[in-house]
This record gives sequence, C-alpha cells and structure tokens, in this order.
Amino acid sequence: MTRQVRRVAIVLFLLFGALFVNLNFLQVLRADGLSNDTRNSRKIIAEYSIRRGSIVAGKGRDTTVLAESVATDGGRFEYRRRYPEPELYAHVTGFYSLLYGRAGLEDTANGLLVGDAPEQFARNVGDLLTGREPEGDDVVVTLRPEVQRAAREALGDRVGAVVALAPQTGAVLALWANPSYDPNRLATFDRARAVRYWERSENERRNRALRETYPPGSTFKVITAAAALEDGIDPDDTFDDPSGYTPPQTTATIPNFGGGLCNGGSPITLARAFEVSCNTTFAQLGVDIGAAKLVEQAEAFGFNQTFDLGLPMAASVIPSELDPPSTAQSAIGQRDVRATPLQMAMVSAAVANDGVLMRPHVIARVEDFAGRVVRQITPSMLVLDGQDDARAVSRETAQALQDMMLGVVTNGSGGAAAVPGVEVAGKTGTAQTAEGANPTVWFTGFAPFDDPQVAVAVVLPDGGDVGSEATGGAVAAPIAGKVIDAAVDE
Amino acid sequence: MSAVAAAAKAPADARRKANSELGLLILALLVTIGAYVLVDLAQTGAVPPGLAAYGGAMAALGAAAHLASRRLASGADPVLLPLAFLLNGLGLVMVRRLDFAEQTTQAPAQTIWTVVAIVVFILTLVVVRDHRMLDDYRYLVGIGALAFLLMPLLPGIGKEVNGARIWLGLGGLSFQPGEVAKLGLVTFFASYLAEKRALLTVATNRLGPLMVPPARAFGPILAVWGVSLAVLVFQKDLGLSLLVFGIFVAMLYVATARLTYVLLSLALFGVGAFAAWTVFSHVQSRILTWLDPWSVYEDAGYQVAQSLFAMATGGIFGVGLGQGRPDIIPEVNTDFIFAAFGEEIGLLGTTALLLCFFLFVGRGFSVATRSPDDFGQLLAAGLTFLFGLQVFVILGGVTQLLPLTGVTLPFMSYGGSSLLANYALVALLLRVSASSSSTSAGRATP
Repeated sequence: MTRQVRRVAIVLFLLFGALFVNLNFLQVLRADGLSNDTRNSRKIIAEYSIRRGSIVAGKGRDTTVLAESVATDGGRFEYRRRYPEPELYAHVTGFYSLLYGRAGLEDTANGLLVGDAPEQFARNVGDLLTGREPEGDDVVVTLRPEVQRAAREALGDRVGAVVALAPQTGAVLALWANPSYDPNRLATFDRARAVRYWERSENERRNRALRETYPPGSTFKVITAAAALEDGIDPDDTFDDPSGYTPPQTTATIPNFGGGLCNGGSPITLARAFEVSCNTTFAQLGVDIGAAKLVEQAEAFGFNQTFDLGLPMAASVIPSELDPPSTAQSAIGQRDVRATPLQMAMVSAAVANDGVLMRPHVIARVEDFAGRVVRQITPSMLVLDGQDDARAVSRETAQALQDMMLGVVTNGSGGAAAVPGVEVAGKTGTAQTAEGANPTVWFTGFAPFDDPQVAVAVVLPDGGDVGSEATGGAVAAPIAGKVIDAAVDE
Repeated sequence: MSAVAAAAKAPADARRKANSELGLLILALLVTIGAYVLVDLAQTGAVPPGLAAYGGAMAALGAAAHLASRRLASGADPVLLPLAFLLNGLGLVMVRRLDFAEQTTQAPAQTIWTVVAIVVFILTLVVVRDHRMLDDYRYLVGIGALAFLLMPLLPGIGKEVNGARIWLGLGGLSFQPGEVAKLGLVTFFASYLAEKRALLTVATNRLGPLMVPPARAFGPILAVWGVSLAVLVFQKDLGLSLLVFGIFVAMLYVATARLTYVLLSLALFGVGAFAAWTVFSHVQSRILTWLDPWSVYEDAGYQVAQSLFAMATGGIFGVGLGQGRPDIIPEVNTDFIFAAFGEEIGLLGTTALLLCFFLFVGRGFSVATRSPDDFGQLLAAGLTFLFGLQVFVILGGVTQLLPLTGVTLPFMSYGGSSLLANYALVALLLRVSASSSSTSAGRATP
C-alpha cells in the first residue's frame, strides 16, 4: 500500500503546486491590474482617510473656500468632501466621488491635494518615519470670486459660458458655464442618491467654457484681421462694398448680416469693416490672403491643440486644408471653424498683451495646512507646439487690432459692452449654425484699453433668450461689460 | 544492531523527537506572539496590554499539548503538532485583527475554542491508547459518523445558515457535526477497506482490456456516492459532499491499487456533478461565478472579486499585518480568512502558509507509509488526504482556481467545530505515528 500512498501524496502535491502557481499569478502577474481596478475600494478608502487639501480662492481674510474635507461621524470613511458654493465653482473644482471618481481640479490637482507634490518629498519621508498622519496641501486658484459671481449673474438663466483671463499673466479670473451642477450630490456616500443625480445631471456636467466648441462667427474676424495686418495690409486700406461676395469655385454668395451694404456702397476701410463686422470684406480678405496664412494665424493663437491649463480642455479647430469657398466662410468664423470660449478669451488676451500669449492657468499656488507656500506658479509665456515663441502677432499688429477693437465698442457693433469709466475694446460675433436654429452669439474683448487687466469671452450657443433675433452685440456684449466692470479695479 | 541495543535506543530516540517538538512549539509560539504584537501596533499604536496574559495562555496550551504528546504518544512525529499550533496561533491573531476591522469580539470565543480543542487533543490521546482500538468499534464509529453527518437535517436542532443546512443549534451554541463526522467516516473507511482489501482487489471479470472486480465489490462505492449526493441535495453543502466522496475514492485506491475504481468513481462524480448542475440553480450559479465573477460582480461574484482584490493588493510583500482592509471581504473570518492574509502578508506570507500546510500533508503521508498495519496506514493516509483536500478546495475557491465551496481552512478559520476536529485529527495521526515508532523499535532491525 505504501506505493499507493505515495501516489496519492504526489497527486495532492501537484494540487498544492497548482495553488502555488495560482498565488503567483494572482499576487504578482495580475496584481497591478486588480489592485488598480476601480471597483477595488482600497485605494479610495486610503485616500479618504487622509485630510485632503482644500481648494480656495483669494488671499488672507478674503479667502473663499471652493472645496474642503470635513470629518465624518465615523464609518468606513474618515473624511468627506464639501463644496460650500457648489454650482458656482463646479466647472473648476469638478467633483470627488466614491462612485464616479474625480473630475476637474479634484482630478488634475489630486497629487497636490493629497500632499504628494514633489516639493513635499522630504516632509512625506519625515512623516513616514515619525508615523505622523499624512496630510494634503491646499490648492489656491487664480479665480476672483467677485468676477466669477458677476459672470454668473450676468449670464443668469441663459445657457452659455464666460471665461475671463488676466492678459499679462494668463491667470484665469472667472470660468463660468451655465447650467452647472452640485458636486456635493456626487460626493455623497449615499450610493443610490449619487447614482440618481449622476444620471440626471449629464447636461449640467458639460463644461461649456473649456470642453465644448462653437462656431466663433465674427469674433474670428480678429484672427482674419490679424493675418491680414501681418500680411502687410493696413487698417486704412479700402475695400469694395458689395451687398454679397461670391468666392471662386462656387455660386453660393456670402451676404452681409441683414443682407445690406456696409458703407452705402462706397469703398470701406479695413478698420471700419471690422467695427461694423462686414462679412463681404472679411470673406474676400480671407480668400485674398489665402487659407495657409489664415490657418497659421489661428494656430498661432492656439487653434488645433490643447495645452496644460490645469483643467481638461478641448482643442479649438480650423481645418488645415481649405478650398476658397471654405476659406471665405472660415474667415468670418463659419463652416468648420469651431472655438471654445477659452480660446476666444486667449485671442483677446494676446491682442491686449501686445501680441504675446501668456499661459492660461487656474492654480496660483499650493500651500500646506500651516499656510506655508509650497509652490508658487509664476506667469509664463505660452509657446505652442509648432511655434518659435509665444508671440501670436507682432506688437504693431496687436496695437492696430487694439485700436480696431476699441472702435467696435465706441463706434460699432459692440456698444453694449461699454462700461462707464472704463475703455472697453472687443468684437461681437453672431454665428448661424443650422437652418432654423437660433444663432450662437459671442463677445470677446479686453479692458481697460490703456492698461488691460482682463480679457473676456462670452458665448451663448442658443442665442440666449431672444431666439433667432439674437446678436452678439445685443446679447453677449452686455454680459461681457458686467464681467469687465467687476474685474477692473477703479 | 542487537534487539537489546535497539530497545535501549528507542527511548532516546523518542526523547530526541519530543525535544524537537518542544523546540518547534516554542518557535511557533514566538511567531504567533510576534504577529499578535504587530497587529496591535498597527491598529492601536501600542503593544497589546494583555500581551503577558495572552502569551502565557498560549504557552500553557502549547505546554499541555506537548506534555500529552510526549507522555501519551512517545516517539510520534515531532512536526505535526507545532505546525497545527502555529497555524492555529496565526488564525487566532487574524481573528483578533478582524475584530478590529469589523468591530466584533470573536477572538475571546475562538480562544476558548482553542482551549477546548487542546483538551480534545489530549483526551483523544488519552482515550485512544492504540489506534487499532478504533478498528474494533468500526460499525459504532461508522453509524455514529453517518448520524453526525445527517443530524442537521433533523427538525428542531438543525439550522440553515447561508443556504447550507450543516449546523446544529443547541441553546446559544452552534456546532457543525459534519466536521467531526468526516473523521468518523475516514476511520470507518479505513477499517472497512483494511478488512476487505483482498476481496476488492481480486479481479474476476473482464471488461474490454480491463480486469474488473466482481460487481458486488462496487456496492460500497455506490453507497458512499449516495451519501455524498444526499449531503449535496439535502444539506446543500457542496464542499462536504466533495470531501466525503474524494476521501473515499483516495482510500479505496490506496487499499486496492485499482485504477478501475478511480475511473468509475470519476464517472460517477461526473454524473452527479452534471445532475447537480441541471437540477440545482445554486450549483449553476457557483460554476458561473467561478468562470466569470466579474459578470455577476454586484451579486454572486462580489465575494470572490473582493478576495481577488485583497490578494492582488497584497502583492508580493503585503501591506503589513493589521494594515489592510479585510473587512471589505464578506465572510472574511471563516471561508475567506486566507484572503485577509493574502492582503496583509503578501505572496511571501501566503507561500509560507501554503508550505506549512504542504509540510503537514507530507508528514501525514509519511506517518501513513511507516505504519506497520493496514488499518493504521489507511487511517493516516485518509486523515491526511482529508486535511490536504480540504485545504486545496478552500484555497482554490478563494483564489478562483476552483468553484467556491464553503469549507473552512483547517486551524485558521473562525469556528470551533473545525478547530476541534482538526486537533483530534492531529492526535490520531500522532497516535498512528507513535505506534509505528514503538513497533519498529520493538522489532529487531537487520
């Protein structure tokens, strides 16, 4: 029988061998995949057990809390996330949810918020050795609460977005998109409620300021004008004033807005055509300078790429291969050209900053819980891929554009953006989208003219609340004016 | 060597073995206490206040077990008891660690069960002075085991927990008689097979290329098959059913060396498994859950998935004793206790535990091969196979190598019945081992 016992033993040993192989498979080969599986709640429980840093705006006594961690009353998680002004900042903070993970700054700045900034390496090693509870760092954003609130109030219930930048630093001063959502309702530990809110807040979670693109309409004429000026055309050069322009290779005529003439049929200067947003002039101008230069100019302002803003963003688009009919349409911001509100704010910011594009950013600095500055973001120029430097246009071109944009508000289509005591410059836009659909209306500009402190872009994709009659000058310009009023120090 | 010299050498040999056992027990005690301290350091940041009492109690239990085996099973295998003691000790530490995680107080109860189990260990050695005694009470043991096995089906005292009717509830106490029944069945099989092995081995009929024993020799297989099916059908206990049938087939093979029986048994197993698959939805669900736990993640697959997450999170080195999140795994303190170890002591730790079980099985089979009588050999081999198969079935289930069948991990899972039965199992193995040592010592070796 000894032989049989040995054989049975061997069978059992083989089974144990299979267990051993399987353990290696599980704890070594599959270890990474399984331990990082989103359904494996260990990582998230560990994250919830450290005091996550706050997201705040402002300085000292004027500090506004956008997101903070508060201790729970016990249970599996030690802290939960609270957003004191949830809707106002949701498109900046994003959310921090057990069920749906992270979004917005909660995601992009997660490493900083949990205290893993490289600057904190020494502290963290120290904490590990002394057994001190690890803690996160606070992220201070560039947003100015009064400007953010002004953007919300100015837009009201209408669907749209507002982005405000500081031209000389690139700091994002306001980033508002309506509708917005309540991240508290995703941060809840009540699974059923979180699921319910998630399912019905899909539209509210769309970030219209950064991640949606719209036809820029006449605001794109800033770029067309920039390309023309760079090409040697002078603001005082004159153009014919037909009631319609028919580009080569097509019979489709581009009319002026409203179908009339821009200057009673007499020759019109480039500057005047810009003030009154003359389609025929700019469509023809686009064809004259050519698609290549138009695309090149748009890309110099940031089209066709994304960069590290500190928040996820979509690229604005201009097709690189354009035939003359498309070029004519693109030159007035129609057809396949699409831009985010951020992009159009960057265009005004670069113009305001004498042609130099500063890197837009939302994080101003990182502080530890004691208020010691861990990291200070210094403004830098934004050198885009494929560009030699951060210069979008020459200083001369920029200054010519500034003058032309000032004319739009003082003497043209953007009069409603005017602010008492502040010289505002800008450009309106009214983009026809589909047949029968309400136009997408825009305003982008900067102020004060002499010493630009803010560049702004406003978009209302469905014409605000005035339907098919909406224009950028009537609907978007007043909103921009209110935001500028809040942003400019008097 | 002369008989006199051999006889004189026997006590010295026994003493050497007993001293080895003592040394290994002390080692096991130190490892256990180390683990105990680590858990408390991680959970409370301090050395446990009851350390001296706990260490003292464990040392006393170890000493009592050791004295019993030294006195009552002289010359027995010196490794089995320390392995059992180590696994038991670590299991206790984990039960205490899970108390922290789940805010329960199960460790004191499990400590009391440990005391009871050690007492059972000693009593087994005291009562069963010679394993051949059990051979004489074959039918008593067999009928008793069957009665224990089926007892939970009785109305009134039988209880159904988590869908399986394998519990007895007496007052506030719960007991799984199946754990003890398994030992009785192994004893009965050993006795029966030792007597009938000659009869069962003779092949008289020809079936194709195979020589087959007479038809009535297959009767017992069918009987055991019937019993295990009954367990499956009426008690809905997949694991116990599998174990009972598996042990019998292995022991039948050891007794007869006839592969015909094994093949026939596998065929019967196939038929039974297929029938169970078609008839019982819970069997189907177990198999589907095994094949793809992620497809039923929110439901039946949740437990295994959490076990896999735990093991994977532990990786090679583990997150450290007392520093994981074992409370995420449902039923972690019984069937899934190994997953808690997997998370906290990693592959290195789980491999060490697996080696302990492996070593135990190896020593058990070695006891079997050394036993001078057929009954002893079959008994030791059967007990060892039972132990090994149970370990394989539960560890395979926890790591998704096999469909999950609810059996306990010997010595480690929370629960008294299993602990008690496994200490009795060790006592029986030591008993067989001691008798072979005394017989061989009494016999003049050439």
